[in-house]
Amino acid sequence: MKNSSLRRIAFPAVAALTVGLTLSGCGDKSTSGGSGSGSGGTLNGGGATSQANAEDAWRAAYQKANGGTINYEQVGSGTGVVNFTSKAYSFAGTDAYLTTDQLGAAKTTCGADPIEIPAYVSPIAVAFKLSGVKSLNMDAKTVADIFDGKVTKWNDPEIAAQNSGVKLPDTAISTVHRSDESGTTFNFTDYLNQASEGAWSEAANTVWPAGIKGGQGLEGTSGVVGGLTSTEGSIGYADDSAIKADGTLGVVSIKVGSSYNAPSSDGAAQVLEASPAAPNRPATDMATDIDRTATASGDYPLMLVSYLLACPTYSDATTATMVKGYLTYVVSSAGQQAAASTAGSAPLSASVSRKATAIVSKITSGS
Amino acid sequence: MTATASPERTEAASSPRPSRRGDRVFAGVVRGAALTILVTLVAVFVFLAVEGWVGLTSDAATYAPFTSLVSYIWPLVVSTLLASAMALVVSVPFAVAVALFISHYAPRRLASALAYVIDLLAAVPSVVFGLWGGRYLAAYLLPAHVWLHAHLGFIPIFGDASPNGRSLFTASIVLAIMILPIMTAISREIFMQTPRLHQEAALALGATRWEMVRYAVFPYARSGMIAAIMLGLGRALGETMAVAMVLATTPTTTLNVIGTASPPTIAANIALNYKEATPERQSLLIATGLVLFLVTFLVNFAARWVAGRSERRLNR
Repeated sequence: MKNSSLRRIAFPAVAALTVGLTLSGCGDKSTSGGSGSGSGGTLNGGGATSQANAEDAWRAAYQKANGGTINYEQVGSGTGVVNFTSKAYSFAGTDAYLTTDQLGAAKTTCGADPIEIPAYVSPIAVAFKLSGVKSLNMDAKTVADIFDGKVTKWNDPEIAAQNSGVKLPDTAISTVHRSDESGTTFNFTDYLNQASEGAWSEAANTVWPAGIKGGQGLEGTSGVVGGLTSTEGSIGYADDSAIKADGTLGVVSIKVGSSYNAPSSDGAAQVLEASPAAPNRPATDMATDIDRTATASGDYPLMLVSYLLACPTYSDATTATMVKGYLTYVVSSAGQQAAASTAGSAPLSASVSRKATAIVSKITSGS
Repeated sequence: MTATASPERTEAASSPRPSRRGDRVFAGVVRGAALTILVTLVAVFVFLAVEGWVGLTSDAATYAPFTSLVSYIWPLVVSTLLASAMALVVSVPFAVAVALFISHYAPRRLASALAYVIDLLAAVPSVVFGLWGGRYLAAYLLPAHVWLHAHLGFIPIFGDASPNGRSLFTASIVLAIMILPIMTAISREIFMQTPRLHQEAALALGATRWEMVRYAVFPYARSGMIAAIMLGLGRALGETMAVAMVLATTPTTTLNVIGTASPPTIAANIALNYKEATPERQSLLIATGLVLFLVTFLVNFAARWVAGRSERRLNR
């Protein structure tokens, strides 16, 4: 009895396994045939999660045109840099430019000054949910006071003074921030720290400061957007593309000089172009200290810049060709447009793109 | 019952010779399985200890937004214990009631259908519970938050109410639902094992159904129920994704479980921060994992001790 029932199960199981294995064998063959047509080779990279959507677009386009396989692991900036210096990755993405120590380590890895170019620029929007209000003007000090818990009602005089004509309700403000470590938080707190004229005392950090009481931390960009849309009277910050994609939230125009600017890709790209280079960097390094207090017309200094790291020489010729080709595509106007349409990033300005292309074009295979 | 008993008897009757090798192999397999679990446990502990060691004594900047290991971990531990305790408070009576209903009250057909549905609940992934809890349940529990603050506000854990229900309270309700199936399933099986004679004797002595359950079923099932609660507690302490997705977090310590935000639980904190963490932060997070490991052990031991003590007192 037992024996026969076992056999009854065993036969179909074996049959199914055989069919499954045969099918998967076929699948293997067809994929390997596909990649053989291009330049072949596999390129491993990874790092910042902020770039991930853009990397998907770049990888797809590059692989379609040139063949080969490019991998981008979303392991976070810190791990990305570590894996780059340990040679596990041929290239890496990071939200914060290399520290002096990391720069030294990367130099040892590459045997020469590493390449660091901006690849992904994205404005960060301060968004809110308040029925009937779609746009508000605020200076950095007001934003800081709101997130610091000093301004607790939407009809506070500090907000009202900058928004004459807008009918503000007596609703309590609840602030929303990221509960996970994030480059968005770093850039937002950096902006508040530098632009709010002392109203924000905490230093820029990837984690939300503990000194700030009363905010809600939610997971990830989608968590923040979800929290905002479900809570009347809430305000938070997130990548502009996510806020635009949601479409229901109001957006703050931040004060730049004497005018108020809504988040804009052009404004962010413009600020990056005008911002000073970080001091004491090698020629192949485009690390930039973003000017959070930029005042030119149209500027939008609340933004995130994510970099790509690579070596100027690779011992393996295929790797060198692929890194060079891939990075050239990434910073080209075509690559930047592709990222803008899929990930909602701000395309690099022409001059930044030119400079990055010039650096990347010097990648060689130095065996 | 009779089916399982008969092969034993025939085996005992025939000579043990033909089954000796099979016996040895089987004993070896069983012993191996038990050892594997122990080895796995030790391996996890060694990994946590080795990788997390650096995290215990990093420089102050690593503990941002705090400055020391204790100040970093303390709020997380408090949240973890609070959430698990609340989940148990909600879930244990429910689980026992449902299990009793299935084993002693419901008509047979309804009982098996209900048991099946509750087992299904265990198959729902925690991510799904997290999504549902954060997006849907939180809004529905918002009035409960307001009510708790208005009527029980004098108790410190019921401070100002959250604006959207994404509180530790909601998180522990989700946890309670998640640990319900395992506690129900085990309790149910134990209740059904209660000897028929005990139950019939109780009824014959004039006990009502409830008295029969109280004096015949519960004492018999006590240790099994404790095991069920321990398993539920273990799951609640370690649950990661659902808490990370439901709970609105803040780095500041607060005992207010219905407030705007609470510190995340240890497991949720690891999940939230591991991806973008620097290597130093990663070892700090692993160190918090080590703390969770130890806390889980301590809580388990404490709970067993308490349970054992009450049992001893009962026997005296």
